[in-house]
Amino acid sequence: MIVFEQVSKRYATGREALSNVSFNIHTGEMVFLTGRSGAGKSTVLKLIALLERPTRGAVLVNGRNTRALKPRHIAAFRRHIGVVFQDHKLLADRPVFDNVALPLAVAGAPLKEMDKRVRAALDQVGLLGRERALPQELSVGEQQRVGIARAVVSKPPLLIADEPTGNLDPDLSLEVMRLFRRFQDVGVTVVVATHDLHLVREFGQRVITLEGGRLLGAAPPDTLPSVVAKR
Amino acid sequence: MNVGHTQAFFGSLGRLARSPVSTLLTLLVIALALALPASLRLFVTNAQAATGNFGSAIDLSVYFRTDVPLAKAQQLANAARARADVAEVKLISADKGLEDFRNYSGFGDALAALKENPLPHMLHVHPRDTASTPAALEALRGYFSAWPEVELVQVDAQWVQRFNAILEVLRELLAIAAALLGVGVLAVIGNTIRLEIAGRRAEIEVIKLVGGSNSFVRRPFLYIGLLYGLGGALLAWGIIAVAVVLVGESVDKLARLYGSHFQLQGPTAEEIGALLGAGAVLGWIGAWISAARHLRSIEPRA
Repeated sequence: MIVFEQVSKRYATGREALSNVSFNIHTGEMVFLTGRSGAGKSTVLKLIALLERPTRGAVLVNGRNTRALKPRHIAAFRRHIGVVFQDHKLLADRPVFDNVALPLAVAGAPLKEMDKRVRAALDQVGLLGRERALPQELSVGEQQRVGIARAVVSKPPLLIADEPTGNLDPDLSLEVMRLFRRFQDVGVTVVVATHDLHLVREFGQRVITLEGGRLLGAAPPDTLPSVVAKR
Repeated sequence: MNVGHTQAFFGSLGRLARSPVSTLLTLLVIALALALPASLRLFVTNAQAATGNFGSAIDLSVYFRTDVPLAKAQQLANAARARADVAEVKLISADKGLEDFRNYSGFGDALAALKENPLPHMLHVHPRDTASTPAALEALRGYFSAWPEVELVQVDAQWVQRFNAILEVLRELLAIAAALLGVGVLAVIGNTIRLEIAGRRAEIEVIKLVGGSNSFVRRPFLYIGLLYGLGGALLAWGIIAVAVVLVGESVDKLARLYGSHFQLQGPTAEEIGALLGAGAVLGWIGAWISAARHLRSIEPRA
């Protein structure tokens, strides 16, 4: 599903966010991307969602080299990726329904289907019945779940999340992670960037650790403690 | 119109309604910019219609020598009536002329002091409409001048020709004004759209992030531009309609003083259509230019 081949990313400011990073993520896998802030987690996600392009190396998503993608095809490319943000990026002046329906609206889905799928997505995150609420009327955890509903409403084969539990307490974090697990169960490839190592250990998925823009270890869960011990 | 367009359209309408004061001010600026060339055009077409009326009233005054007897004048009048390019010939005898002059000039007492009538007999020649062109009038003038009994032929067409030349200048000014103000409308709408885009930056980023194409992002802004242009044109129409009513009465009075039945004409259905069309097209284009410039720079940041 995702292939990073000797990827380096240098921003216009001159900071090298990633240096020669290579890894594979298979279809249907759930992978945690860990590392301290500034380690390059966000850059990896940006490269996957084509918010940035690699300076060197190749990023392949779903078999497509992102470097070869023409600007006018970026929109269609992004429709196959669900993105969840730490600050959830909801539109404050639109009710929950409109926020969740946005990916369907941009794809030109008919109203009837929109209605059905938005309700299904809200049901999955446990917020059915809150369609008319405005984001600020919801709790932080609920807002994050609306963001997740928006990310999965168009049933993308790939779901990426940048610190989705960053603003949540441990119980809510666990709940959100379980939600991602459920999407993996139905075949969605899930990549979650997080620095919450307790949570990572609890879920026992593959972990890709970055430090200073370099790959520290793409460790299976059983070797994780040694990686953590080094830090 | 598919669902996306309908949504974008009504979404834009709702957004404009939410900030009524600034929307109204912008509409007013656009309306004035459209009303100015439109009313100038209305003035030119009306002035043309008015002189058209006078044009059919261009007459030749043929003055005989004072020694020409009435019988001879009568005979020549009949000859003139036989011409194909003459609609009507009226013989005004010297006596009748003096009487009219006495009645209308207010010099009655002074004229009574005259021993004899100083006025000649004259013909009032009204050419056919087909013969009211400058060249045809000139030919007619030549025909009367050639008679030895004729002292002077007067054609009162010169002021009409001058007026038409002035209208021609006005028409050229109108074209320039329309072009300049059209660019002004583009600029006003472009700037309004730029502010609109800046105010909705976060929303645009999110839309692009979930895979909204450039055309999807652009769509509501194009509708906003279209609505501004169309709304401005409607307002301009209203301004012109009020102006026509206000000016119409004075024009009626003026026309009556000239013995004319001329009435100020409002814009025709075609002209209204052109005004609304121009507003809509300018709005759409202005929004397109602005959106193309400013939307490109907005890319989502994670």
